[in-house]
Amino acid sequence: MRNAIIKSPSDLAALRDAIRTQASTYKFTVYICGGAGCVSSRCDKVAEALRAAVDSAGLSNDVRLVVTGCIGLCAHGPCMVVDPDGVFYGDLTPEKAWSIADRHLRGGELVQELCYFDTDRGEYLPYMKDIGFFSEQVKIALRNCGRVDFSSLEDVVAHDGYFALAKVLTDLGRERTAQELIDAGLRGRGGAGFPTGVKWQSGMNQPGDQKYIICNADEGDPGAFMDRSVLEGDPHSVIEALAIGGYVIGANKGYVYVRAEYPLAVDRLGKALDDARAAGLLGSDILGAGFDFDIEIRIGAGAFVCGEETALINSIEGKRGEPRQKPPFPFQSGLWGCPTIINNVETLANVPAIILNGAGWFASYGVGKSRGTKVFALAGDIVNSGIIEIPMGMTLRTIIFGMGGGMKGGRAFKAVQSGGPSGGCLTVAHLDVSVDYESLSAMGAIMGSGGLIAMDENTCLVDTARFFMEFVQDESCGHCVPCRSGTKRMLELLLKITSGRGAPEDLEELQELAVIVGQTAMCGLGQTAPNPVLTTLRYFKDEYLAHVVDKQCPAHVCKALRIYAIDPDKCRGCAACAAKCPAGAISGVIRQPHSINTDKCVKCGVCSDACKFDAVVC
Amino acid sequence: MLELTINGKPVSAPEGVTLLQCAKLAGVKIPTLCSLPGIHTNGSCRICVVEVEGQKNLMASCIVKAQNGMVVKTNSERVRKARKILYDLVISSHPKDCMSCGRNQSCELQELGYTLDISTARIPNKSTRAPIDISPAITRDPSKCILCRRCVTACNDIQGVGAIGSQNRGFETTISPAMDLPLLGVNCAMCGQCSAVCPTGAIVETDHIGRVWAALSNPSKRVAVQVAPAVRAALGEEFGMEAGTRVTGRLASALRELGFDDVFDTNFAADLTIMEEGAELLRRLQAALTGEGAVLPMLTSCSPGWIKHIEHAFPGQLDHLSTCKSPHMMLGALIKSCYAEKLGAEAKDFFVVSVMPCTAKKYEIQRPEMQNNGYPNVDAVITTRELGRMIKSAGIDFAGLQESDFDAPLGFSTGAADIFGVTGGVMEAALRTVYELATGRELPSDNLHLTPIMGLDSIKEAALKFEDVKPEYGFLEGVTARVAVASGLKNADVLMHQVEDGASPYHFIEIMGCPSGCINGGGQPRMAGKPEDYKVRRMKAIYAEDESKALRKSHENPDVLALYKDYLGEPGGHVSHRLLHTTYTERGNFNELIAT
Amino acid sequence: MKTTVNHVSGCTGTEEELLQRVRQLASGYKDKEGSLIQVLHMVQSVYGYLPLTVQQIVAEELGLPLSTVAGVVSFYSFFATTPRGRHTIRVCMGTACYVRGGVSIVESLEKQLGIQAGGTTADGVFTFEIARCIGSCGLAPAMTIDDTVYPEVKAADLPSILEPWYCGGK
Ligand SMILES: Cc1cc2nc3c(=O)[nH]c(=O)nc-3n(C[C@H](O)[C@H](O)[C@H](O)COP(=O)(O)O)c2cc1C
Ligand code: SF4
Ligand code: SF4
Ligand code: SF4
Ligand code: SF4
Ligand code: SF4
Ligand code: SF4
Ligand code: SF4
Ligand code: SF4
Ligand code: FES
Ligand code: FES
Ligand code: FES
Repeated sequence: MRNAIIKSPSDLAALRDAIRTQASTYKFTVYICGGAGCVSSRCDKVAEALRAAVDSAGLSNDVRLVVTGCIGLCAHGPCMVVDPDGVFYGDLTPEKAWSIADRHLRGGELVQELCYFDTDRGEYLPYMKDIGFFSEQVKIALRNCGRVDFSSLEDVVAHDGYFALAKVLTDLGRERTAQELIDAGLRGRGGAGFPTGVKWQSGMNQPGDQKYIICNADEGDPGAFMDRSVLEGDPHSVIEALAIGGYVIGANKGYVYVRAEYPLAVDRLGKALDDARAAGLLGSDILGAGFDFDIEIRIGAGAFVCGEETALINSIEGKRGEPRQKPPFPFQSGLWGCPTIINNVETLANVPAIILNGAGWFASYGVGKSRGTKVFALAGDIVNSGIIEIPMGMTLRTIIFGMGGGMKGGRAFKAVQSGGPSGGCLTVAHLDVSVDYESLSAMGAIMGSGGLIAMDENTCLVDTARFFMEFVQDESCGHCVPCRSGTKRMLELLLKITSGRGAPEDLEELQELAVIVGQTAMCGLGQTAPNPVLTTLRYFKDEYLAHVVDKQCPAHVCKALRIYAIDPDKCRGCAACAAKCPAGAISGVIRQPHSINTDKCVKCGVCSDACKFDAVVC
Repeated sequence: MLELTINGKPVSAPEGVTLLQCAKLAGVKIPTLCSLPGIHTNGSCRICVVEVEGQKNLMASCIVKAQNGMVVKTNSERVRKARKILYDLVISSHPKDCMSCGRNQSCELQELGYTLDISTARIPNKSTRAPIDISPAITRDPSKCILCRRCVTACNDIQGVGAIGSQNRGFETTISPAMDLPLLGVNCAMCGQCSAVCPTGAIVETDHIGRVWAALSNPSKRVAVQVAPAVRAALGEEFGMEAGTRVTGRLASALRELGFDDVFDTNFAADLTIMEEGAELLRRLQAALTGEGAVLPMLTSCSPGWIKHIEHAFPGQLDHLSTCKSPHMMLGALIKSCYAEKLGAEAKDFFVVSVMPCTAKKYEIQRPEMQNNGYPNVDAVITTRELGRMIKSAGIDFAGLQESDFDAPLGFSTGAADIFGVTGGVMEAALRTVYELATGRELPSDNLHLTPIMGLDSIKEAALKFEDVKPEYGFLEGVTARVAVASGLKNADVLMHQVEDGASPYHFIEIMGCPSGCINGGGQPRMAGKPEDYKVRRMKAIYAEDESKALRKSHENPDVLALYKDYLGEPGGHVSHRLLHTTYTERGNFNELIAT
Repeated sequence: MKTTVNHVSGCTGTEEELLQRVRQLASGYKDKEGSLIQVLHMVQSVYGYLPLTVQQIVAEELGLPLSTVAGVVSFYSFFATTPRGRHTIRVCMGTACYVRGGVSIVESLEKQLGIQAGGTTADGVFTFEIARCIGSCGLAPAMTIDDTVYPEVKAADLPSILEPWYCGGK
């Protein structure tokens, strides 16, 4: 059955059955995470050790080892899951792998102390179904991530891979497939939330001999790594969905535009494409249905704006990644002037599942006009950073505290940033708002692509706004005035404020500029660039005022606004700080508490580094 | 037809128009900055934004198409405020040197400030002084660039040269040659099309006014001036006259008022060019048709922008070029030789100024090939625009001037010379003469015009059959001469690829570096704000000049004939060769000749 | 005399050999419209960086204006026009990493390497750049050296992270 060429739906079914039968002979299946996060914490060593341990224990016929994409709880990588019971082991090392092999796989015993420890409950939770991070999730786009050997087309087929394509080609046809997506209520997960089925219909109805479908895998939002997880953990789903989309709109050529920062994703996708091609699932006369389709990878070169669809098209054409004015929209005139449909990775990953399980099934998740699930990347000051997929409509509180386990080190939650540089910063007051397209934009944030960055009390939101402005300023393509110069001037104002030179008028100026930049910029980047500023001005006005009026940074982040002082209770009077202070601002009698003359202090922080007793506070 | 509402008033507009055009139909002017209708629209300045009901954001009216039922406000408070802030952003990195800027009072950015009623610049000046790049023809001051990219369109899309483009990204974006090379270090044709579209002082012709004033006030120099044909069809625009106003007589008077000692006409040399180039063509045809072999098609050589381009882009094809210098160079050479001798003076006593529609000629005059006896044939080239500035600064009331004629002996011309100013004109002038020389009969066409090669199409062609030729031109009997005309360098490339591939069906090709020829030269009054048909108007003026002349064939110019008799001998003869012909230089695509 | 050049991360060979290889690579894409970025990626991996001479070859082979090639090179941050170090350090300053203390990593590295972000060390070992998210946000702050990702980096770990790279390996 290996390297089979699949010429028809029945070939596909035969392959699936064969592989499933094979798999059912094992007692245990161990899913070892091979996601990028775990790779960086050397999961390869763990997998190697486990394999060696299994072999040396003579368990090769009992234990099936599968290296998968991201399991989700990257914070505890390298990690793995042992089936049939769904036991999760995290923070693995080769040694731990040996003991799991010995005790669990050979001895049939749970290795308690290597299981997930829930700090709130103060107990080990071995089973995924009990762990808050996993239990609330519904995996549709990520259905195969963490469950499938991404490098094996056979294993993918055994998990129903390419059956949706077969169904579309031989049964559903174009119109009904598009309608199915409309009925499912699938909306673009790349940020704009446009209904995917409607987009495909427009592509289908657009006249033209040559059309294209593009998968947008640029994922430039800092803090977002959902698309990466899908590409690395389940590349075949993206390929399958592109083929389906190509068939629906009438394109025989697809592109995947991957950012250059994702070499692993490029490798895995490349291999998947080769395998699919070799199996006849790409190329001519796919599944005997007379449909020709192939896919090329295009690698970006480091420009955030290339995630914007028209800039992406220019980039594929080998040009500077400057956006084009819309309309015309890509479905009218896109790549090389031909009708082109562009979809995000996650959007596409949903498609085969919807085709196989039906629109109603998908639509049964979610709220209002936001149907189905959404994948989020949890990052920042959160305990369980990683990837989750949840039905839309869940509250931020459930996500951040239920699944995310709250803030690290027990610190207080201050804000959560959703939607990356285009999004907004929300506060404690928004924790009980439902996470869906409409609710988030009503608050001035956006769903965006799904990056959620939690920030604790030690974060300065003015500084955060400056950070985002610096980002968009760096990444602006420079085409239009409001974004090119407007973000520059906004950044200057924010720098002025964070460096203690701000005045209350600057806040008005900032607000005014932000509004105009958003209203006049040519593309989404500039139109949304002011969002972090506007939301922080709206929800953290006090913090801004503290900077410009009191000249203080309440979170002690903005260096120039720090006031260095010596805590007399901690100070031992060793004078180490005074010796190093470049400004001669520290005085005191030996073995007596020292003090800092704030007028002289240049806020260099040297004293704080020099003090062995943590007596310098700021 | 679309029906929409603009500022509360109903408007009907044809399908496909932009909101800006739509507003114009409704009599509403929306301020713009980056767009140049008919040439360039990229929606980059956003000054033209308007409010469209139901849209969250303001829309750039120059690029957004009108749709049925749209309700548009072009002058709401929101729009006005946005425009002011956008303008503020544009000038926040602009030097604001209006009083000492060459574009003062002719600057679209400056004018826009007035239109928008700007009275404060809230954002402190953050102009970054990028180094100025002065090439022989074009001066770039990137700090005055507002990144509208009209020049990029002109250079890349219209001319197909691509000497300049957008570099870097975001706030660091600049418009320049690759890797900050100077213009002289790349394949720039010096055509100046970029300078004709630039709304600000960021790209202008390299100033020669200073050296002209200096010469005029130098008692030891005799300063001769000559004027290209296209100037007379456009100079009036610099004084508020309508495009296409013919100002030949006033032009001659103005030059005299400015103090030039000799007021000559490049037209004279255009007639001379026809004699030389015509003879060269006949020689080549003879050699080719009698089996001796000759390089055909022959290409005209009177456009220095075109010459510089072919030297870069098709260095292997230089043999196809006629060896004739461009007309003003011929005239310069004659002034400093024949004319000087006549006056008992020497070349060094003369300072020759050419008034040209052209920037490339500023480059041309400093080519080493363009000298005789160690003296450049021409010492300064001022563009039509520069002449306008000189006349104004001299306090001359141009509109009120009496008409006068050019000076003899280098000031008389036939109608054939006038049409050098428009695409197809050199070809027509050449054929008027060649045909008549070969057959003894006038060009068999309507009023001496060769209609297939008239008009402003980018590439034109014609065929002319020679029958009953004179015995000495027997080699032409029954031959159908095939000719082509292209203007604009991108269009020239189309014909040149055929030549390169050995697949060119033509005997003779006229090429003008600028689209539509010199009437639309890089040194002509700028097109912004001109009526859409300004080129047609200028063309008509050129043909009207031609038709108003008693003599309309170069070989009938009595002064030219006399010159041959007294001085040059015969066309293509020894003296001609020394003074009127030139050689070319293989430069290579990246101007490898210049070490940078 | 034959000079052996290795413009770092590029291939090894004489200047002529490398340029010849560049030309070969580029000429393979002569009539493939839209290949410029892919060609630049390949050529940069051969030559190490993209100086004017290399850009000229690419322009010539692809039939594009040099200013267009340079415009693309200067638009994308992955293309370099100056020689690079043998290894590229990219410290993430994406949101997650910023929030988790990426700044201190950058500051420590600047101190240790004695260069500002964007520079190359005098010994030519490292080019040090800032990245805008490398997709390891869950393990912030993160950095990469070439293709190796280092998760949850602490300033104190830096010397031991850098160490192996000085002698070529990981
Ligand atoms: C500045 C900017 C960056 C973007 N980056 C991405 C991205 O990285 N990935 C993505 O899928 N969409 C991105 N988008 C959205 C795309 O333009 C486009 O809407 C999306 O790819 C469409 O796919 P969807 O309908 O499946 O969401 C970005 C948009 C903007 C304005
Ligand atoms: S908004 Fe920014 S990124 Fe978008 S076109 Fe304008 S300058 Fe470029
Ligand atoms: S911060 Fe610097 S200047 Fe201020 S007291 Fe400490 S060492 Fe001195
Ligand atoms: S170093 Fe610390 S303990 Fe010593 S004098 Fe300074 S503040 Fe006090
Ligand atoms: S370019 Fe225009 S706005 Fe700028 S200094 Fe010159 S005249 Fe003034
Ligand atoms: S316009 Fe204003 S700034 Fe300029 S010269 Fe007149 S008064 Fe002075
Ligand atoms: S002078 Fe002509 S060729 Fe040179 S940059 Fe300007 S438009 Fe391009
Ligand atoms: S140089 Fe002039 S035409 Fe070119 S982009 Fe700048 S302002 Fe516009
Ligand atoms: S067409 Fe005329 S204006 Fe243009 S470069 Fe040639 S001679 Fe000069
Ligand atoms: S990469 Fe292993 S859990 Fe995410
Ligand atoms: S004139 Fe419309 S955007 Fe500049
Ligand atoms: S923000 Fe640093 S890896 Fe994503």
